[in-house]
Amino acid sequence: MLSRFIVALFILFAAPLRAEVAIQEVTSEQGIGAWLVEEHSIPFVALEIHFEGGSALDAPGKRGAINLMTALIEEGSGDMDAQTFQTARESLAASFSFRVYDDGMSVSARFLTENRDAAVALLRQALISPRFDQDAIDRVRGQVLTAIAAEEKNPNRIAGRAFYSAAFGDHPYGSSQNGTVESVNALTRDDMVAAHAATLVRSRAKVSAVGDISAAELSLIVDQLLGDLPAEGPDLPARVEFGLEAGVTVVGYDIPQSVVLFGHSGMTRDDPDFFAAYILNTILGGVGPRSVLMEELREKRGLTYGIYTYLVPRDHTEMVLGSFASSNDRVAEAVSLARSEWERIATDGVTQEQLDEAKTYLTGEYPLRFDGNADIAGIMVGMQVQGLPTDYVVNRNDYINAVTLDEINRVAAYLLKPDELHFTVVGRPVGLE
Amino acid sequence: MFRTFALTLAAMAAVGPAVAQEVTTFDLDNGMDVVVIEDHRAPVVVHMLWYRAGSADEPPGQSGVAHFLEHLLFKATDTMAAGELSQVVAANGGSDNAFTSYDYTAYYQRVAADRLDLMMRMEADRMNNLRLTPEDIDTERRVILEERNQRTENDPNALAREQIRAALYMNHRYGVPIIGWKHEMEDLSQEDARDFYDLYYSPNNAILVVAGDVEPEAVLALAREHYGPIPAEPDLPERFRPKEPPQLAERRLTFVDPRVSQAYVTRSYLAPERDAGAQDEAAALVYLAELLGGSSFTSALGKALQFDTQTAVFSGAGYDPMSLDTSSFYVSVAPAAGVSLSEAEAAMDQVIADFIANPIDEAQMERVRTQLRASETYALDNVEGIANRYGAALTQGLTVEDVQAWPAILQAVTADQIKAVAARVLDRRQSVTAWVVATEAEAK
Repeated sequence: MLSRFIVALFILFAAPLRAEVAIQEVTSEQGIGAWLVEEHSIPFVALEIHFEGGSALDAPGKRGAINLMTALIEEGSGDMDAQTFQTARESLAASFSFRVYDDGMSVSARFLTENRDAAVALLRQALISPRFDQDAIDRVRGQVLTAIAAEEKNPNRIAGRAFYSAAFGDHPYGSSQNGTVESVNALTRDDMVAAHAATLVRSRAKVSAVGDISAAELSLIVDQLLGDLPAEGPDLPARVEFGLEAGVTVVGYDIPQSVVLFGHSGMTRDDPDFFAAYILNTILGGVGPRSVLMEELREKRGLTYGIYTYLVPRDHTEMVLGSFASSNDRVAEAVSLARSEWERIATDGVTQEQLDEAKTYLTGEYPLRFDGNADIAGIMVGMQVQGLPTDYVVNRNDYINAVTLDEINRVAAYLLKPDELHFTVVGRPVGLE
Repeated sequence: MFRTFALTLAAMAAVGPAVAQEVTTFDLDNGMDVVVIEDHRAPVVVHMLWYRAGSADEPPGQSGVAHFLEHLLFKATDTMAAGELSQVVAANGGSDNAFTSYDYTAYYQRVAADRLDLMMRMEADRMNNLRLTPEDIDTERRVILEERNQRTENDPNALAREQIRAALYMNHRYGVPIIGWKHEMEDLSQEDARDFYDLYYSPNNAILVVAGDVEPEAVLALAREHYGPIPAEPDLPERFRPKEPPQLAERRLTFVDPRVSQAYVTRSYLAPERDAGAQDEAAALVYLAELLGGSSFTSALGKALQFDTQTAVFSGAGYDPMSLDTSSFYVSVAPAAGVSLSEAEAAMDQVIADFIANPIDEAQMERVRTQLRASETYALDNVEGIANRYGAALTQGLTVEDVQAWPAILQAVTADQIKAVAARVLDRRQSVTAWVVATEAEAK
């Protein structure tokens, strides 16, 4: 049977490059949307599926359930136990990866044209009918407990745990998605079945594919993979405000170099000022042209190997974050400098030269991202998650170029809040408490 | 000299799809090698300059100087200010970085293909015209010490790896960390960096790899213009590497660090690397690593220790075929709760003994073969990865022909070859066994 599908074409001619990314919008027989870029020169397909929701959907008292469930998808399904399933996958040289984070769960697959039908059938089986055998649950539970033990000794994870638990409390954002030893040990097979039904939800799926496949073929595959999943899921988690007040928290740990995570509340992705904020972050502590913080801390003073800042618009809150690491005896100077630069940019703003430099970088770098099937598939799913249209790829550089100096400095004055910065420091910092 | 290879078509006919990435090589009069890889799917180019000089080429007592110099190459030249190169790359929408290994140091930029001329001009400039200042040395030395803190001192597993390598290589510089021993890094001077630069940063010690939407003739013309005028270094030494003596005694160590969250046992063996015209043993070792500990579901260690018994929470094996001199092969087991390290090690040894005593599982071997063949198809999607293959190969004693022959050599590996190389390499006299634990009490 031929499925009907609708195709819309958008071509990215991103100056100064001749980049051409022809995005087709495909709608399957069952009404599931997918984005496609056909690229027939190499005989394989990269497929990306994203389910909105993620580990923040963990039911009360069941922290870690969705993480464990995600790890079990590749551990047996249909009439195959874990080893039979993996033997079949390896025979096809297909790769499937299942990852979960607070706001979503992703499936990244790649498979050869020569055995595409068999690979898709295997992936369908994993998504639709995972077995959750008790021996697999116990084996993978052991691996998760190892990961939890590692979190307790990894300085970056210790910093994250202290920072996020203080900022978000009982909201899922306030704890590790791995769960605790107690919560993970208490998880049952029924919890896995419930976590699966809550997370792999058809109406929350975004799909993209890049490679040696046609729109008609993709349309059939989308229904095959997702058509038999539950249509709806439980309510998404509630919104939560960033609740950490200004200050410094030191978590004592015997390491020679202190690890620092800092930040305050931020901006939503759909804010009209988002592009100005995005450029501001690039100038302050992003990648690309040497950032203000990198210049002051690393290049001028050798205080750190690297300092970076991030706009973090999550689904249910938003933050501006930064991170770096400095020797215990120099970290106090680094913290003080990061705070004073934050204040300087908030007060004085950036210069026209800095703005121009960042724009040139961001607009030039954008087309270079569309390099490789899996990369393009990932970008296209990300755009769908953010609710962007396919022609965003054509217009995106115009949005960047439209930001003026007045605008970016108006945004700097309210987005950067030096008086609200909280620094969480793990180590044995000298002169900080 | 100008040679064109209709790439891989020979190899690909047997092992993969008929997608030709044209590879063209030539060399300049000053001895510089040039490799051009065409991939016209996107208007992007990767410009890489690889030097045949890495940490294992450093003078004694100056560990880390190769990597330190890599950092310093982003400082001023006679005509460019410190940081200007990266600034220009970014202003052109590109990204740039560099990396140092035991056998090479490499610099790269990824930009729109029409900016290649500019990239070459700047990269050629810093091959010869670096201008270091005492301030640069002091500040950047702090940066590399913070880098060592971040990568190594703050990570007990990284510290353990250093101790293991130092024990594995009794005479070769592969036993010294790339980033350097901390006490030697603290003493690195401007003169140390300058000497390394003057000796090794020259066209007759460099390989230019350009990959992406480019035409070979145009690349050749640009290379002649920018790199051609730089004189060859007449005193470039033969690469001298101390050889390992016969290793006659197994070494064992226990690394104790309270920051270790999961105890494990890991054993590293000396192992042969890919050599020009002689890659069969290395190819067999790639299979050995996969069959012993590649997939946690289907490999010998995974099946025996994670499925047939619940001895291990993780297990694995690994091997890096790319190395100028003798490489290494490892097996590791992290015991499950309630299993001691000595029990885990005994179980690991039993798996190895069984593997050597029994015939190779032909079905499993075919699955490995299939996946290696497919990986060549998937690799075509990443031109930067292909560029890395050539740069690494040409700095590690291999030729373009060796790179192109490798996929077919992998496909031709037989069970007998694997058995033979297993018997030769899995010799505990040429190995280090390490227990990595949080407390002495765990070391039992």
